[in-house]
Amino acid sequence: MISLSHITKTFGSGDSAVHALDDVSLNVADGQIFGVVGQSGAGKSTLIRTVNMLERPDSGLVTVAGQELSGAGEAELRAARQRIGMIFQHFNLLSSRTVLGNVELALEVIGVDSRQRKARASEILDLVGLTSKSSAYPSQLSGGQKQRVGIARALAGKPRLLLSDEATSALDPETTRSILELVKTISTELGLTVLLITHEMDVVKTICDSAALLENGRIVEQGPLVQLISTPGSRLALDLFPLGAVPPPAGNTIIDITFSGGSADRPVIAQLSRTHGIDVVILGAAIETISGNQAGRTRLQLPGSVENNTAALEDLRSQGLLVELVGGGKS
Amino acid sequence: MIDPSSPTFWTELWQVLLSGTGQTLYMVGVALLVTVIIGLPLGVLLVGTEKGGLFERLFGSRLVAWVVNRVLDFVVNLGRSIPFIILMIAIIPFTRLVVGTSIGSTAAIVPLALVAIPFFARMVEISLKEVDGGLTEAAHSLGATRWQIVRKVLIPEALPGMVLGLSTTVTSIINFSAMVGTLAGGGLGDVAVRYGYQRYSTIHMVAVIVIIYLIVQGLAVVATSLSRRLSHAPR
Repeated sequence: MISLSHITKTFGSGDSAVHALDDVSLNVADGQIFGVVGQSGAGKSTLIRTVNMLERPDSGLVTVAGQELSGAGEAELRAARQRIGMIFQHFNLLSSRTVLGNVELALEVIGVDSRQRKARASEILDLVGLTSKSSAYPSQLSGGQKQRVGIARALAGKPRLLLSDEATSALDPETTRSILELVKTISTELGLTVLLITHEMDVVKTICDSAALLENGRIVEQGPLVQLISTPGSRLALDLFPLGAVPPPAGNTIIDITFSGGSADRPVIAQLSRTHGIDVVILGAAIETISGNQAGRTRLQLPGSVENNTAALEDLRSQGLLVELVGGGKS
Repeated sequence: MIDPSSPTFWTELWQVLLSGTGQTLYMVGVALLVTVIIGLPLGVLLVGTEKGGLFERLFGSRLVAWVVNRVLDFVVNLGRSIPFIILMIAIIPFTRLVVGTSIGSTAAIVPLALVAIPFFARMVEISLKEVDGGLTEAAHSLGATRWQIVRKVLIPEALPGMVLGLSTTVTSIINFSAMVGTLAGGGLGDVAVRYGYQRYSTIHMVAVIVIIYLIVQGLAVVATSLSRRLSHAPR
């Protein structure tokens, strides 16, 4: 659906130049929910804006649904944007229009006639659960409701792609969850591809199939979550399942085990304890459902040095678990 | 000297005030209409041709946009800095060209509009600049044309501010319309000068002040409530 290749974008020039995007390449497949994570200033906003050319890259190719947008003319670009929905952190609703009017704006732009416009706008408001608010003004809505209007407006023109620019960052955790759920449901129902940017790992965990980590305008990692989790040393995996700081080993061996796929529901720790006769201490654990699979990491403390635990570690690895030694010497 | 005890005094006063008010409302009304018709697009163009604005490539050229912006800015500043009484006299040939005469209420409309247009254009500019850039961006993301963005997003969103700006503009047009009276423009200013000043009629003077006060105050009340209704802000 989206293909970015070797995108660069620099703001300013000379010493004050900021390389917002530095040779970024990214592919989002049809029907995927793809998350780009990064801290503020990493270039996420610029990245998502290059997809619909709100920000023109200095170089590189942007292709959306087979159409190259980086070289498109103005009229061509407008037509393409009508097929790409976008939602924003601060909703960007017109205060002068009602909820219905805001959704209708998207259809007016496309040139849908007035009667069909009303029908279509009401239909999509129903989909986001805001029928009762259709004649309210944005100032009378809560943040979550405003974002639902934003989603309705973005989807009114029946786009195949939705861009989400920190859409839940201004919302409280509970509202965030309900908005993410809505996005997920709608994307499944309508066969929508979603590209979202966020600084919240939770968002990625909740709805994304794939993710990329953006740092200083460069993509550090990217791939399907399931795959990232089982990649040794993956920064995204570490951020997804934070286990905190490693305590001093004090003669013990400390390991992190990553579960993914089928291994998450096996009694790994109990078995380890039984088979090798060791007292396992659980120092931390983070288990989530990712892309429909249980996955997670557990930090364990095994008594004695690494040498004493060689057999146990071998046993774990032979079960297909990713085992990383984080304290107590080299294995 | 006018004698208030004369039997025809009150009917005469009434007639003079009525026709004076009528002339003032006519001058101000038409001048205001012209001001909005010319000043609004001017304000839009002033904001749009700025760097990063909607029309930063006017007719496909950054240079054209820049030149237009600088020229408009200069003209607007010039119009705002010339004292009205000087402007009024200086443009008499232009007034004659436009309306065929330089005397009377119709002739007064030309300098009134000319002084109000730059004023209102600035008001429009300020209101438009207060519209959140995110809204323009959202409209772009929907694939809107520039014209659609101006018509459907910028102007409706800036309307509450523009209404308040318009109310300030009317007040200054009324103010200047009184000055026009001194140069054979008619209206309430004329009444105040001819009766109140030259014939020492305090009653005429007071009546004119009261009427003008009521007009200005009435407009301000209407504008404020209209602006509040348009803004749909939580109360």
